[in-house]
Amino acid sequence: MKLLNHTLLYLSASLIFILSIWAVVFYFSMMDEVYDSIDDGLENYKMLIIKKASRDSTLLSKDSFDESNYAIRPIDREWALRATEQFRDTSMYMEYEEDYEVVRMLTTYFSTPAEQYYELRIITSMVEGEDLVGDLLHALLWLYVAVIASAFIINNWVLRKIWRPFYELQHELRGFKLGEDKSFKPPQTKVTEFRDMNDTVAALLKANIAVFQQQKQFIENASHELQTPLAIAINKLELLLEQFQGADGQMQLLANAIQYLERMTRLNKSLLLLSKIENKQFSKEEKVDFNQRLRQQIADFDELLQYKAITVEIVEKARFTRVFNADLADVLITNLLKNAIVHNHSGGAVHIVIKDNGFEIANTGLKQPLDPGKMFARFYRAADNASSTGLGLAVVKAIAQLYQAELDYHYEAGIHYFNFQLPT
Amino acid sequence: MKLLIVEDEKGLRENIIQFLHKEQYIVEAAPDFRSAIEKISLYDYDCILLDVGLPDGNGLNVLRALKSKQKSDNVIIISAKDSLDDKLEGLELGADDYLTKPFHLAELNARIKAVIRRKALGGGHIVRLNNMELNFDSRTVNVAGAEIHLNRKEFDILAFFVVNKNRLIYKSALAEHVWGDHMDNADNFDFIYSQIKNLRKKLKDHGANLEIQAIYGVGYKLSV
Repeated sequence: MKLLNHTLLYLSASLIFILSIWAVVFYFSMMDEVYDSIDDGLENYKMLIIKKASRDSTLLSKDSFDESNYAIRPIDREWALRATEQFRDTSMYMEYEEDYEVVRMLTTYFSTPAEQYYELRIITSMVEGEDLVGDLLHALLWLYVAVIASAFIINNWVLRKIWRPFYELQHELRGFKLGEDKSFKPPQTKVTEFRDMNDTVAALLKANIAVFQQQKQFIENASHELQTPLAIAINKLELLLEQFQGADGQMQLLANAIQYLERMTRLNKSLLLLSKIENKQFSKEEKVDFNQRLRQQIADFDELLQYKAITVEIVEKARFTRVFNADLADVLITNLLKNAIVHNHSGGAVHIVIKDNGFEIANTGLKQPLDPGKMFARFYRAADNASSTGLGLAVVKAIAQLYQAELDYHYEAGIHYFNFQLPT
Repeated sequence: MKLLIVEDEKGLRENIIQFLHKEQYIVEAAPDFRSAIEKISLYDYDCILLDVGLPDGNGLNVLRALKSKQKSDNVIIISAKDSLDDKLEGLELGADDYLTKPFHLAELNARIKAVIRRKALGGGHIVRLNNMELNFDSRTVNVAGAEIHLNRKEFDILAFFVVNKNRLIYKSALAEHVWGDHMDNADNFDFIYSQIKNLRKKLKDHGANLEIQAIYGVGYKLSV
């Protein structure tokens, strides 16, 4: 739910409550005032009628309301002395309305100097309570709708305006990615809270970027620093191997040790290559003819292909040339070809199709698909291959990302398809 | 032949000196930039192995010094950085080759011989071993006067053996030299064996008086 609707929801719920209480209080205080003034009027009327009756005794025989609003009838002395003056609501047939309507009636008692007791009833028309409540509810409903509607409109306008820095920040953060060159620019705002938030986010990101850079730098430095001791160790073992006149088994142990050091070297080199690609250190670009490079590399693999009895078929549907870093183009092709050859079986096949914006390498191999979620991850190894670094496809992926290329894998009927495609 | 090794890592320096000793070179060493400059001012070398990352200065400045003194010593840059920019800068400054750490000593040996051979006058590009004659320029091999037809890779293998004759060549040193990045899988060492078997057969068929000895699981050795 949007923030706007949230506030409106709370606002409308509390408004219903407040307006209802207000309506009740308003109704009763208004009715109170109405009764007050009506009763005052009746009281005044009473005095006028009694005064008039003392002068004109004919009035004393007016025992029905008829056209006027009062009636007088004689009563017993005891009754009169016992009774008290009272106001009450009653109903009376109204000719005009052709219905019984609520009237206010004052019943009071008086005596003439001749010790005659009379009951005086005076009526006056009353506000119709039901109608009033209906009108009030109606008005209240409209007020409620009007308040909510204007709140909605004002809120919408104001909130959108006030929260703009927030939405801008959100947009900026959505577009932010660690490791990309794009710097974070918090939106301009005069609101203290937003400014605080911007500053906090900016500081947080800055710290994160710094850590990320340090980490990248660390990987690069560590790989670098390892190269020299590795070189020395390998060379020392080579020297020892050359001097060695011992049994074959011992020489093999030494050779085996070198083999593992070499694997470490390859891991190191691949990690260095990965950080360099991610740090965009391959800036030099030129027009690269992928058709020619693919053919060249296939030729370089020729002896290995013959040895493993793997047939390679290359279909050049178009000429694929792009401005690309030549070294990375070679690494990309080598790694994909090597992948297709190494994970193939003897007598297998590699099928390459070159299109105008990419190429596809399909190969026979394992009779089951690779895990597309893991295969491009670092250090993922499908088969337990002692000399594989598990970084070859990770490097391919990094190169694809650098050039915003699509790198797809799918498996169909025993064939593994790798598709590299640059945006057109 | 006189060589200078400019390298600050003691271990690496020792390895190279020990290895090259067998090649009958006179090897001198400079552990830092200052002593390197001193040595190149005083002497001429047939080949200088130059580490770029020295503690007291950039190794590339040694190259600049050589150039300014109009010396034409062969220089092979040795660097822990596999950086194209460094490589290009080094080669532009007049270095003859560029080798990235770690490297196999047999590879270093081949590179040194190649740069020396390139500068040598006369028949420096032809090597004779018993009844075989290998020409690095025309990439041809003759046994007792008759040419053996070798493909590109077979020639590279034989040439690598020839420059490292009588030395044990570790299998992956050979693989890296001939196939570069296309071959770094231990699975494929059987494949190398099959390549060498072909070469041996060709040499034998032509009556070459050479033996490529295989040391199981370790490597090969060309004994003369």
